[in-house]
Amino acid sequence: MTTSTEPKTNPIQDGHSSEHRERKWQDYFTFSTDHKVIGIQYLVTAFFFYFVGGALAEVMRTELATPDPDFVQPEFYNQLMTMHGTIMLFLWIIPAGAAFANYLIPLMIGAEDMAFPRLNAVAFWMIPPGGILLLSSFFNGAPQAGWTSYPPLSIVSGKSGEEIWILSILLLGTSSILGAMNFVTTIFKMRIPDMDIHSMPLFCWSMLATSALILLGTPVLAAALILLSFDLIAGTSFFNPAGGGDPIVYQHMFWFYSHPAVYIMILPFFGVISEVLPVHARKPIFGYRAIAYSSLAISFLGLIVWAHHMFTSGTPGWLRMFFMATTMIIAVPTGIKVFSWCATLWGGKLNLNSALLFGIGFLSSFLIGGLSGVMLAAVPFDIHVHDTYFIVGHFHYVLFGGSVFGLFAGVYHWFPKMSGKMVNETLGRLHFILTFIGFNLTFLPMHQLGLQGMNRRIALYDPQFQTINMICTIGSYILAVSTFPFIINIVWSVFKGKKAPRNPWSALTLEWQTASPPIIENFEEEPVLWAGPYEYGIDTESIDGNESVEEMLAEVGAES
Amino acid sequence: MQSSTLDESKVALNYHQAIETAHHGHPDHRMFGVFLFLISDSMTFLGFFAAFLIYRSIMPAWPPEGTPELELLVPIINTAILVSSSFVMHKGQAALKKDDVSGLQFWFGLTALMGIAFLLGQGYEYFHAEFGLTTNLFTSCFFAVTGFHGLHVTVGVLLILSVLWRSRQEGKYSSTSHFGVEAAEIYWHFVDVIWLVLFVLVYLIN
Amino acid sequence: MNIPSNILTLIAGIILTLVSLWYGQNHGLLPIAASKDATQVDELFNFMMTIATGLFLLVEGVLVYSVIKFRRRKGDTTDGPPIEGNVPLEIFWTAIPTVIVFILAIYSFEVYNTMGGLDPMASHDMGPKQQIAMNSEGQEVALGLGVSPESEQGNNPLIVNVNGIQYAWIFTYPDTGVVSGELHVPVDRPVQLNISAGDVLHAFWLPEFRIKQDAIPGRDAQLTFTPNKIGQYPVICAELCGAYHGGMKTSLTVHTAEDYEQWVQDNTFAQADAPSESVALNTTKSSDEEFLAPYAEDLDIEAEAIAQLNHAHHH
Repeated sequence: MTTSTEPKTNPIQDGHSSEHRERKWQDYFTFSTDHKVIGIQYLVTAFFFYFVGGALAEVMRTELATPDPDFVQPEFYNQLMTMHGTIMLFLWIIPAGAAFANYLIPLMIGAEDMAFPRLNAVAFWMIPPGGILLLSSFFNGAPQAGWTSYPPLSIVSGKSGEEIWILSILLLGTSSILGAMNFVTTIFKMRIPDMDIHSMPLFCWSMLATSALILLGTPVLAAALILLSFDLIAGTSFFNPAGGGDPIVYQHMFWFYSHPAVYIMILPFFGVISEVLPVHARKPIFGYRAIAYSSLAISFLGLIVWAHHMFTSGTPGWLRMFFMATTMIIAVPTGIKVFSWCATLWGGKLNLNSALLFGIGFLSSFLIGGLSGVMLAAVPFDIHVHDTYFIVGHFHYVLFGGSVFGLFAGVYHWFPKMSGKMVNETLGRLHFILTFIGFNLTFLPMHQLGLQGMNRRIALYDPQFQTINMICTIGSYILAVSTFPFIINIVWSVFKGKKAPRNPWSALTLEWQTASPPIIENFEEEPVLWAGPYEYGIDTESIDGNESVEEMLAEVGAES
Repeated sequence: MQSSTLDESKVALNYHQAIETAHHGHPDHRMFGVFLFLISDSMTFLGFFAAFLIYRSIMPAWPPEGTPELELLVPIINTAILVSSSFVMHKGQAALKKDDVSGLQFWFGLTALMGIAFLLGQGYEYFHAEFGLTTNLFTSCFFAVTGFHGLHVTVGVLLILSVLWRSRQEGKYSSTSHFGVEAAEIYWHFVDVIWLVLFVLVYLIN
Repeated sequence: MNIPSNILTLIAGIILTLVSLWYGQNHGLLPIAASKDATQVDELFNFMMTIATGLFLLVEGVLVYSVIKFRRRKGDTTDGPPIEGNVPLEIFWTAIPTVIVFILAIYSFEVYNTMGGLDPMASHDMGPKQQIAMNSEGQEVALGLGVSPESEQGNNPLIVNVNGIQYAWIFTYPDTGVVSGELHVPVDRPVQLNISAGDVLHAFWLPEFRIKQDAIPGRDAQLTFTPNKIGQYPVICAELCGAYHGGMKTSLTVHTAEDYEQWVQDNTFAQADAPSESVALNTTKSSDEEFLAPYAEDLDIEAEAIAQLNHAHHH
């Protein structure tokens, strides 16, 4: 396991990416060290688990269509719920963020590969075993204490499932840490010399913020899970009050990671949106530095707000007030971002293709998640809605309305680069419309459910909530249907799509300066930074076609 | 996170295979990676220490009543061994800076022996403790924290041994090519510092 | 007709404000509020809802307007204007959320304080201390909601011990010795609930009173409230506690003072007659099956059977 920093100078050692090799389809199924292959491996794996987690969610929604636990047993429901949460967080959103980071960072900063390509491959290859391990628990009694696994319940409800859950999270967490080390090193050390830190694309900034959280937060979760594991197997009582321990300590350790984890899941897609909007609005990003620094601010604040998940738990009053204050402050950098994105769209020439539609869908749904988030920071109100469907609605607006919409925007935006083929716009727009309707129909009514008194994580509920639950269930079916145009579109485009030019969107970031898909070591020669990442509209030339870009490149080349 | 420790250490071990190629005008980022990893790893310990401190502050009595006194002699000797081993190890690196590979081997060999002595001391302490893992919350913490640290010491010793193994090869390490040596050393200092914090927390402030 | 654009903006702003103000008061999303504190929480929520509606309309309005007005026309291949920022505008929209959250934080603090969240209470005898004290001096810090400052709540509260177990709430009235699976309280008298848990985490939630507190094994927690509306309200467990978490429900009945006395008497007699506690529970007027669950072990009934009983009952 040798990690070579410079695969180009080291073709023999580096088995998979020597200079003049063509990409083979087999590469995608092997221990490849090429960041583009790894990025696509991440993305495809993440989508696989998205469909698994989505299927679990559909079973849950079917169960919840009626107040009685008639479709699945309550115990199985809890297993579904636990697995749905764990899969969607640890095997879908986090790896999907890593997918974009792996694929894009070296291309965006003009590097040949990540700083530690082999480490990168190791990080990816921990994900499939972790996922399969987790899924295997279904055969042996899946974990059923929720994705939070609060003791004492997690200690007393099914040992093997819980232990499998712990091991799988440890594996996935390790993968995430190794990935983050790579991202930070690559961004700091491998930019082309012309690119200072303030002219790198905003996606890199958001990945810096994300990686910092991964590096600082994940190990604490690991510590908590190791102790939980002791309680589970060795009979200690760290978190078990029956033996003198304290379950609240687990909650603190868990949320010290898991609140930053929320930002680990959303920040990469903040970055994606900051890339997608300017390109398709044909306008520079509004307030580059504000967006860049607000990512760092969110990252920092994200580390000191964890106990807002514990307002009704073992948190004394004064501490509740402290965490209320810090949590509310996060609204400021987040607000800056949302306003800046809106201002980016304002006055532009919006090319309403699938990527931008998802980008705007992201803005409009994330907004709701953000607003309900500020409400939840207010302790007196949070006490009422904590652990209710209001929370379920809120975090789906952040994670689905935010992360997943951003993710789809990114997929449509970079698909031509990744595959060398264009997508079908009609199917893409259909996908967007179905997703947008299904998503809002599923999750908006949940806010009302929670306010009215429906608690979460239940297989049986009060009959008065049936109508609204039925609406949510119908919405979730529409969401399920919405994935079909997507899958058809992607599969069809990969094989039969129109060939994509080098730079179909006339974008300015470096990844568009190389072939689609990029050649094995990304660029024929070191790319020239001839414009900032978002300097649209500065040249009055037509954006039609690629000639202008190449001409400009030639000009710059001649001058230097 | 044990697994990450192991992975990184393996990577660190093997880095120097590529070291010659890494010197063809390309900057070497591996030390930067090692630092990031150590920051991350220290957060694991921070997690354990924080849990320990929370228990200490919320429990009516800490250690809980009836916990046998911790024997201090062996841990104090262990502390002395571990702290001085950091200096010994640094002499090895200093020798390498002067291209003195046999000096490196001598001092690193001594460091490895001291590390093994530390582990034996800890083993002795575990073996002769009047309490077990599940006796009470304090003893559970004791074994979890010292065990996790011991695991790190073990990895550190393996790192040093592998540096020694590789140093037999002529020209493997020199004053200009010494990533493996540096990585092993920085890791060892890290483990050393963690021990000092741990020693104060677990043994001294009861 | 040519209306200057700043007048249009002004009109849009006024409409937006009016709609927000109206919706903030008329969203109809909350159940009835059965205590004064609950009304305060509702006012806080209404306030936040007003602001949120305003921001929502503003941002969505900008998005919809942009999509319609700024979409690319056919044949237009030019870029938009190269505007890279606007410092005064950015300062403005940094200041707006800052001011809003500042106001919100102070307002929330006030409401929380009024609810008794910062009462360093627990000067009352809360029964034998469990394994964990909140800090080493043995001085307890409030977990949950205590007595509202400047209120009469501290005077003569009705104390009820609440114990959460899988999957039921057991209410014990130390004054009268009544043990019940349902909570009964008189109107307009402060109620102090001392909450504990017997096995795993639970959370005691009264939606109509907007209060909730986790029941944590090994720790004491407290909720204090003063009901001011007669009626029957749900009591819900809000923290995942196992498979039948959804069935862990009972009710809170707020009586007139007389009715409450009657209830106490009925139940005291029933208890006195009863040879054992579990039988006594069965003779209370409760129609809920859930509170049988804790005795399932004694009575050798499967939890599942109880749950099914529960469903049969609903049909």
